[in-house]
Amino acid sequence: MKKLNNAKGFWGSVVLAVVFAVVVQFLINGGTLNPFYVNALFSIGINIILAASLHLIIGITGQFSIGHSGFLAVGAYVSAIITMKLGLPFPVAILAAGAAAAVAGLVIGVPTLRLRGDYLAIATLGFAEIMRIVFLNIDYVGGASGMTVSHLITWPWLIACVAITIIIIVNFTNSTHGRACISIRENEIAADAMGINTTYYKVMAFVIGAFFAGVAGALHAHNFYIIQPTNFGFLKSFDILIFVVLGGLGSMSGAVLAAILLTIISTFLANYPEVRMVIYSLVLIAMMLFRPQGLMGTKEITSFFKLGKSAQGGSQDANKNTVA
Amino acid sequence: MEQLIQQLVNGISLGSIYALIALGYTMVYGIVKLINFAHGDVFMVGAFIGFYSITVLHLGFFPALLISMVACAIFGVLIERIAYKPLRNATRIAALITAIGVSLFIEYGTIYIRGAQPEAYPSNIVPLKSLEIFGVKISGQSILILAVSLCLMIILQFIVHKTKIGKAMRAVSHDQDAAKLMGINVNNTISATFAIGSALAGAAGVVFGMYYTKIEPLMGIIPGLKAFVAAVLGGIGIIPGAMAGGLLLGVIEALVSAAGGSLFRDAVAFVVLILILIFRPAGLFGKNVREKV
Repeated sequence: MKKLNNAKGFWGSVVLAVVFAVVVQFLINGGTLNPFYVNALFSIGINIILAASLHLIIGITGQFSIGHSGFLAVGAYVSAIITMKLGLPFPVAILAAGAAAAVAGLVIGVPTLRLRGDYLAIATLGFAEIMRIVFLNIDYVGGASGMTVSHLITWPWLIACVAITIIIIVNFTNSTHGRACISIRENEIAADAMGINTTYYKVMAFVIGAFFAGVAGALHAHNFYIIQPTNFGFLKSFDILIFVVLGGLGSMSGAVLAAILLTIISTFLANYPEVRMVIYSLVLIAMMLFRPQGLMGTKEITSFFKLGKSAQGGSQDANKNTVA
Repeated sequence: MEQLIQQLVNGISLGSIYALIALGYTMVYGIVKLINFAHGDVFMVGAFIGFYSITVLHLGFFPALLISMVACAIFGVLIERIAYKPLRNATRIAALITAIGVSLFIEYGTIYIRGAQPEAYPSNIVPLKSLEIFGVKISGQSILILAVSLCLMIILQFIVHKTKIGKAMRAVSHDQDAAKLMGINVNNTISATFAIGSALAGAAGVVFGMYYTKIEPLMGIIPGLKAFVAAVLGGIGIIPGAMAGGLLLGVIEALVSAAGGSLFRDAVAFVVLILILIFRPAGLFGKNVREKV
C-alpha cells in the first residue's frame, strides 16, 4: 500500500510538471511572458539543476565542495565546442557536456575525496580555478574574450532537463546508494565501520553531481550567447553554494526553493551587482549565526503535508547532525 | 643565467608577501581550526588604508605601514568578535561558510562604498635605488619588501616565543580546554591571534601595493588563496612552515613564469596545493596525526 502511495505521488508530480510545462509553453508562444521573464525562467531552471546537483554532494553526501563552477565551465565549453565547432545537434551537446563534467568529476574526485572538510573545500576550489585558467589559455575556445554560442535553449529542453535531474537525484537519494551517502554525511567513520565503501559512494555522488552540473553548463552556454572564463570564477561557485546552504543542507526542495527565490531576487537586483552581493553575504552570515541548518533543515516540502512521517532523505534527530 | 637569478629574486619578493599573509592564516587555523577566508580581504583593506594614508594624509611609507597594521589589527579583531566568536562551537562547515560570507561582505562592501575602480599606488615615496650585484639588477622595491617582511617575521617569532601572550597562544593552539583550566583567557588570546595575523596581512597589503602599484577591491582573493596554499604547503598551524611555504611558492611561480608558462602561473599554486594534499597532507613541516574516533 505504501509503495502504491509513493508511486501515486511520483506520477502525480510528473503530471503536474507536464501540465506546468505545457501551460508555460503556451504562455511563451502566446507572448504573455515577455522575453525578460522567459530569460529569468531559463536562469531559474539552470540554477535549479545546479542547486540540485550540489545538494547531492554537500547536502546528501556531506562533502563540502566549493568548486562547482569548474564542472559548470567544463560542461559549458564542451557543449559549445560540440554545437559551434563540430556542428552537432543540441541534445548531443547536453549529453556530452554532462559526460565530460562527470569525467572531470571522477578525475578530481578520486584523489581529493580522501580529504576531509576544509581541505576538500580548498582542493575543489583550486580545481575550479585551474579549470578557469586552462580555458583562459586555450585559444581554440577564444581565450579571455570567450566564445560566442547560439541561443539554442528552448523551454521543453530546459524543463525536461530540470525534471530529469530532480527525478534522478531524488530517486538516488532514496535508493540504497543514497542511504549509504547519507550515512557518510552523518558519520563517515561509523559508515566505514558498517561496511560501506565510503570512497566509492563519495566518488559516485561527486560524479553524478558533476554530470548534472555539466548539463547545466550546456544549458547555460546556450542561453547566454557568450561564455567567458570570468563567468566561472569563485563567485559562481558561491552563488551555487548559497542556494544549498540557504535552502537547508540536506533538503532537496529547500535547495530548489532557494534557487528559485534567489534567482528572482538577483534578476531584479541585476543593475546593482554589489548590493546583491552585500545582501547575499549578509544572508549567508546571518543564516550561519541564527539558523545554521538552513531554511528547511533536512526536511522536504512534502513532509509538511504528511505529519508524523519522516521526510525523504531526512534524519530523525531534529536536524542536529545535518552537516559533516 | 642572469634572467634566472632575476626571476629568483622576484620570486623571493613575491614569496615573502605570500609568507606574510600565510602567517595570519596559519596562526588562526592553528588556534581556532578555521580557514579565515576573509584574511585575503583584510590584506586588501590594509592596502587601501596604506594608500589613503599616503595620498590623503601625505604620510611617509613607514607611518603608513604602521597605521595600516594597527587598523587591520582592529579590523581583524572586529571580524573575529562579530562573526566567528558566536560560532566557536558550531560545525566546521558552518564556520567556513561564515568565513566565505565575511569575505564577500568585505569585498562588495568596499566596492559599494568606493566603487570598483583600481587605484595607482604611489611608488616613489621611498627613495629607492636598485642594486647591482654580480651583474644582476635587484630593484629597490624587492629589497624593501624583503627587509620589511624579514623584520616582521623576526618580531613575530619574538612575540610567539618570548612573550606571555605568545606563550598563551601556543598553549591555546595546543589544547584549548587545558589552557582554559590553567587560567588563560582563551577569548583574548584568540583575539590577539587575529590581531597579529591581520596586522601582518595589512603590512603585506601596503608592501604589495608598493610592488605592483595597482590595488583594487577584489585584489585580495588570489593572493589570499595562494597564501593559504603556502600555509598548507608548509604545514598549516606551523609558523616557520608558513614562511618557508610562502617563499617556496613564490619561487615556484617565478620559475614557472621564467620557463615560459607565465599564463599558467595562477594555476601553479593550485596544482601545488592538490599535489601536497594528496601526497603529504600534513605539509612539509607537519607531522601526521592519527585520527581518533
